[in-house]
Amino acid sequence: MPRARVLIRPKEGILDPQGKAVERALPALGFEGIEHVHVGRMVELDVEDPARLGELCEKLLANPLIEDYEIEQLDGAA
Amino acid sequence: MRWGVLQFPGSCDERDALAACARTGAEGRLVWHEERDLEGIDAVVVPGGFSYGDYLRAGAIARFSPAMEAVSEFAAAGGPVLGICNGFQVLCEAGLLPGALLLNESMRFTCRQLELIEENPDRFHSPEGHKPISFSTLSIPAKHGEGRFWAPEEVLDELEARGQVAYRYAPGQNPNGSARDIAGVRNEGGNVVGLMPHPEHAVDPLTGSTDGLRVFEAVAAAGVAA
Repeated sequence: MPRARVLIRPKEGILDPQGKAVERALPALGFEGIEHVHVGRMVELDVEDPARLGELCEKLLANPLIEDYEIEQLDGAA
Repeated sequence: MRWGVLQFPGSCDERDALAACARTGAEGRLVWHEERDLEGIDAVVVPGGFSYGDYLRAGAIARFSPAMEAVSEFAAAGGPVLGICNGFQVLCEAGLLPGALLLNESMRFTCRQLELIEENPDRFHSPEGHKPISFSTLSIPAKHGEGRFWAPEEVLDELEARGQVAYRYAPGQNPNGSARDIAGVRNEGGNVVGLMPHPEHAVDPLTGSTDGLRVFEAVAAAGVAA
């Protein structure tokens, strides 16, 4: 079965407190010059019909009101 | 008048909600998430907790339960529905209420008693039996980590124009960074209401406030009027 990876992140312009918290922690650890940190999630799955992934993302994996998603087909498939 | 209080794996406030229903002088029973039938139920509470572990996003998985399918039909027919905390998140995920609930701005779980301003536009008053309670203040506790109400600016404008903002945090008491201090909203018909604070924990003088009962009564009245 083809394998796919879905990346989900908060939409541009919506405050992302997780990203902000990570960003604020960095200077204390000596990491300078890092900004615009966003924390999202990744879902990996095997899917019989990759054509249905968009629908799956819209209905469950992401909330399209607040999140953007990207579907990546693994196994070198297009 | 008979209330049904949904119960998901991971719900934790369903019994307090049931006790609150009883204090409104009505009967009630728990509705397990696998039940598809709301026969004999006149008003529904979707309670607080962490349904299905809040996996993926709070409320995202609960909305696909058989009981929520039944609630969607019940709401479409004008039945009164009250979503509290996780229940509010479930109703938003199900598309029964507008907007979404995001991580608190502070990144911290908030747990405290706060003042809510109840906004009851005239069109949501029942014709009789329920006193208008416009712009009164209620003392109700809130406890959540993901309660920051968010919707696009144009949707917020519409909600305000149509009187769909049901509850706001009193000035200076917004605990989570919610847009325009919104603590709760109603649908266009007024029969579905959701809020982050917990009215079911404010029903006994022993714990300081009985203002929560009015939230239950207002929802029941909206259903009667619908």
